[in-house]
Amino acid sequence: MISITRWRVVAAVVLVACAVSLPAPVFAKTDLQWWHALQLVLGERVNEIAAKFNASQNDYEVKAIFKGSYPETLNAAIAAYRAKQAPHIVQVYEVGTQTMLSSGAVYPVFQLMKDNNVAIDWNDIIPPVKTYYSTGGNLSSMAFNSSTPILYYNKDLFKKAGLPDKPPATWDEVEAMAKKIVAAGGKCGASAAWPSWTLVENMHTWHDQPFADHNNGFDGLATTLKINGNLGVKSMEMLARGVKEGWFTYNGRLNKAEANMGAGECGIFLSSSAFMGNLARQAEGKFTWGTGFLPRLAGFPQGNSTIGGATLWVMKGAKPEEYRGVAQFFKYLASTENQAWWATVTGYLPLTNAAVKAMEASGAYEKNPNLKTAVNQMNAGKTTANSQGIRLGNYPSIRDAIEEQIENILSGKKTAKQGLDDAVAKGSDILKEFAALYK
Amino acid sequence: MKRTVFRNRWLPYALVAPQVAITVVFFYWPAIDSLRLSLYRASPFGDRLIFVGLRNFERLFGDGAYLRSAFTSFVFAFFVTFVGLALALFLASLANAKIRGLTVYRSLLLWPYGIAPAVAGIIWLFIFHPTAGLLPYVLSFVTTYQFNWFLKGWVALALIIVAAIWKQFGYNLAFYLAGLQAIPASVLEAASVDGAGPVRRFLAISFPLLSPVTFFLFTLNMTFAFFDTFGIVHAVTQGGPGDATSLLVYKAWKDGFEGLQLGLSAAQSVILMALVITLTAFQFRYAEKKVTY
Repeated sequence: MISITRWRVVAAVVLVACAVSLPAPVFAKTDLQWWHALQLVLGERVNEIAAKFNASQNDYEVKAIFKGSYPETLNAAIAAYRAKQAPHIVQVYEVGTQTMLSSGAVYPVFQLMKDNNVAIDWNDIIPPVKTYYSTGGNLSSMAFNSSTPILYYNKDLFKKAGLPDKPPATWDEVEAMAKKIVAAGGKCGASAAWPSWTLVENMHTWHDQPFADHNNGFDGLATTLKINGNLGVKSMEMLARGVKEGWFTYNGRLNKAEANMGAGECGIFLSSSAFMGNLARQAEGKFTWGTGFLPRLAGFPQGNSTIGGATLWVMKGAKPEEYRGVAQFFKYLASTENQAWWATVTGYLPLTNAAVKAMEASGAYEKNPNLKTAVNQMNAGKTTANSQGIRLGNYPSIRDAIEEQIENILSGKKTAKQGLDDAVAKGSDILKEFAALYK
Repeated sequence: MKRTVFRNRWLPYALVAPQVAITVVFFYWPAIDSLRLSLYRASPFGDRLIFVGLRNFERLFGDGAYLRSAFTSFVFAFFVTFVGLALALFLASLANAKIRGLTVYRSLLLWPYGIAPAVAGIIWLFIFHPTAGLLPYVLSFVTTYQFNWFLKGWVALALIIVAAIWKQFGYNLAFYLAGLQAIPASVLEAASVDGAGPVRRFLAISFPLLSPVTFFLFTLNMTFAFFDTFGIVHAVTQGGPGDATSLLVYKAWKDGFEGLQLGLSAAQSVILMALVITLTAFQFRYAEKKVTY
């Protein structure tokens, strides 16, 4: 009796297993999985892209799937890759670039396009984006959502403080203006979101100072941070003084500080150019705002701001016909029409010169001049070995180590020099671990 | 006790098999895997695996940040457990009194437990936000001291301690209330007749009789404080400012999931595992003997 039941169970299990592993029925369209990390309005835009591409042809169906935050999406892709179930395309944030490059798990985009005979004019991609994501002049991942930090200012608070309607161009001006804003009753003179990105990483690239050795990791795996130099110490001392004197307010890690700017509390604010869409919505009917270039510190040369955001990586392990679909999809992404639309509705940078021209022609910039600030800033900057970008292994941990010390410096627990020295020691230790992995 | 005899000698194994399978797959396998991984320097995608012996542990114990994180975790667990239990016991005693509106009062006290940790974190964020929150606004009328926990470490730590106590409060209260109600009224009445006041009655009768409950809650709260507070930290402070609220469990997650330093993160979870084993063993070995059941 029992033994019969047992065999039945075994038989049932075997049958189910067979059913599961049977090849799926052949559909007319080949499915392409696209895992991404954009939510809310941006997530809707991503779905729109997929829908438009799917409607434009009959062979492929791109399925855009939201997988959580950037780290969560990357982890999901890693787990899936290890289980040999990788998505075709995964969106990875800029700090994951070195991890992806070293992983051996990706199919470089330029190679994919070449293998599938799809031509894209790579030279038309704007230089900061192209250099950031290229190795040996070839694009490793498909540029997608790139932003750069810019300065925002609250025009109402400026008016209240008797300041002219003009963004500050230097940190001296930021200080003077922020002091006046606070004196006029403002809660927060100046502040910044993404502290490490805006106040340390871009502070260095914008002033053409090295952030890490090996040209910020572009000419080999970086093993030492260089942020405890003259510029780092000077800028951190200034900000710590700002907190003490009350004209600079620290409002937390990630984009937490954006809530304060959105609530109309801050006079001057540094954040990603992609904050524009949300700010416009939050400020609507409450206050007016404008944008400007990142402020400059006197006595340092002009570099360029570096980009943040994410790119699309193609994972190894899929079938050739699926890769053909991915190549077609990327061709659609790179199209001027899509780029101009995407940049207009999101505040991300248009990735090609053709898209910039198209936006100029369509009057998008005239209607909303703030959209142009980031592009103008990057064109005004000088792309050098120090400002082409930053490419580090275990970058998220390094950012963490830096933000920890920013907080220690701004709270007065450590001097600027001490805090930055500690960040360098910790960061370099993390870098060396990564380098040891890929010796 | 009646001994059950199975006629088929495979049946008992078949019956425990699912439980054993679950334990092996979800507990032993990951535990052994982290033990193994903690000895390696591992790449995120698994293509590089370099044996490094105890180097990950060396890195941890040579790192001031990790030692501070351990210290913070103990401070956190101490306050969450002791203050949390004391408060729950105190309010349970009050809720055990014969007063009007008792059911409403009790329900309100039990309420917080029904809220998910992450949601609780968000609510606390709204109340305590340095510039937009309610409490700092109220406090600004009383004192000029700036309770900005984005920059002041001890305020941030106090904040997540309070949030964790609040979160666990309903659970502790429910157990204490049940424990108090199980104490025979006759014993307390006899003590009253002998002239013992409410405080004396509590110290000499209720508290000792509650010791099994206290013991159980102590273990549970310690475990909660060490391993289950990730949601609160993640939602409110993200470990900051500096590393003031970087608890061990949060640091292990961060180094593993955000930093993708898998070996280092595995080493941290091995240490946590050793900690919970020690805690439980110690509890059952020593504490249980002194508990009156």
